[in-house]
Amino acid sequence: MSQEEKVKKVLVLPGDKVEGIKQAQNIYLFDYNGEKRAAVAGLLDIKDEGASFVPLKGFYFPNEGDIVIGLVTSHAAANWFLDINSPYQATLSIQDFFGVKQGGQVPDDPFTYLKIGDYVKARIVAFDRVRSPALTVQDKGLGRITEGTVVTVRPVKVPRIIGKKGSMIETIKSASGCDVFVAVNGRVHITCQNEILQEIVAEAIKMIETQSHTTGLTARVKQFIEEERRVRGV
Amino acid sequence: MHVRPAKFFDENGRRLDGRLPDEMRPVDMKVGVLSNADGSAIVSYGKTKVLAAVYGPREPLQKYTVLPDRASLFVRYHMAPFSTEERKSPVPTRREVEISKVLREALEPVVITELFPRTVIEVYVEVLQSDGGTRTASATAASLALADAGIPMRALVAGVAIGKVDNVVVLDLNEPEDNFGEADMPVVAAPDLGLITLFQLNGVMTVEETQKGLDMALKAISELVEKEKQTLRSSIEEVDVE
Repeated sequence: MSQEEKVKKVLVLPGDKVEGIKQAQNIYLFDYNGEKRAAVAGLLDIKDEGASFVPLKGFYFPNEGDIVIGLVTSHAAANWFLDINSPYQATLSIQDFFGVKQGGQVPDDPFTYLKIGDYVKARIVAFDRVRSPALTVQDKGLGRITEGTVVTVRPVKVPRIIGKKGSMIETIKSASGCDVFVAVNGRVHITCQNEILQEIVAEAIKMIETQSHTTGLTARVKQFIEEERRVRGV
Repeated sequence: MHVRPAKFFDENGRRLDGRLPDEMRPVDMKVGVLSNADGSAIVSYGKTKVLAAVYGPREPLQKYTVLPDRASLFVRYHMAPFSTEERKSPVPTRREVEISKVLREALEPVVITELFPRTVIEVYVEVLQSDGGTRTASATAASLALADAGIPMRALVAGVAIGKVDNVVVLDLNEPEDNFGEADMPVVAAPDLGLITLFQLNGVMTVEETQKGLDMALKAISELVEKEKQTLRSSIEEVDVE
């Protein structure tokens, strides 16, 4: 890489060499004959202190302790199956949902309390290479989502939605007055005073997803929300 | 049915479609053509046109396909009934099952399946129009669709067929050359890694002809991979390089 090309963003594709990376771990980088290469399309952010790799495509890989938003897709005799926007389907046991200890009594009709299509905010308690991710809702703020709306985005876009030191999410919150929670698995829970505001914020989130690699996005998002609020009269 | 052409080359040494022996057909590529797939691509080599769709990694529907240490790669190559001159039965033929297998083996070395154990990555390739070289065009389309889906890959692959027609080694065979030529040698490679992932030969070629053909193929594959990268780059709109 020549000297004049320094301090810039370079688009790299699978198989391209990435030089000067300061990140120790990134699952989308691999070593080939002693050289670091990218495994997915991404941006190489070259700065004086070193380069960092930001994948533009990728998946959510469950980690123990992560707070995720899952969508209930089906259930078995003793647990629900949730789509957590990841290659792996998560499970939530009935006993955990009702906070009952092993052998305790759960309601006769547990599946009426949490139905297919419901969103659940939960924490991953166990995940390894043998079992599917197991979820728990036994913590403050966790459980079935009863109000607001949930938007699904690609998990690699989560850092951009949050922004540097939370700048983007703060902009959205202050411009809309809504409560926005971004789960690491790419699901955003938006709670506003009315549905029109919710729609505007959802559209702003989708805008960040599609334009995440462009500059000046925070200002454009702010302008978009203010403009839409004015047009729709909320 | 095709009839054997009286001659494969004109007085200027050009082929039936006006190409020189080492010339590719016009190649066209596009990604993100299917909204419901995680990744998709359409690739045409002249009149040969294939569509690839990628889904996953996701939970396998058939649990017996699960591999404990890596994702299993599922590839289905299928020719549309209207893709050939005479209507083809939509039922998968022995040939299609075999090509599905060789395509899977051509993609396996580059797809980083170890990142997603116990899942499946599905690649569906549909030949929309067939004019020779469908398996190599399929490999190119599958590679593009995988990259579009964001499946981690060590490198992009591309494929091209080499053949021998009237004792001349030619690049990128079309249907008459494939049917009536003396040999057909599909090659799929990943130039970034210096890796050949598919190498087949149907017919007879000497060592020298094979070497010459392989050199031609690898040069063409490098150009195809470069075109794949350009296609992927343009699909990621207005990247700011300030």
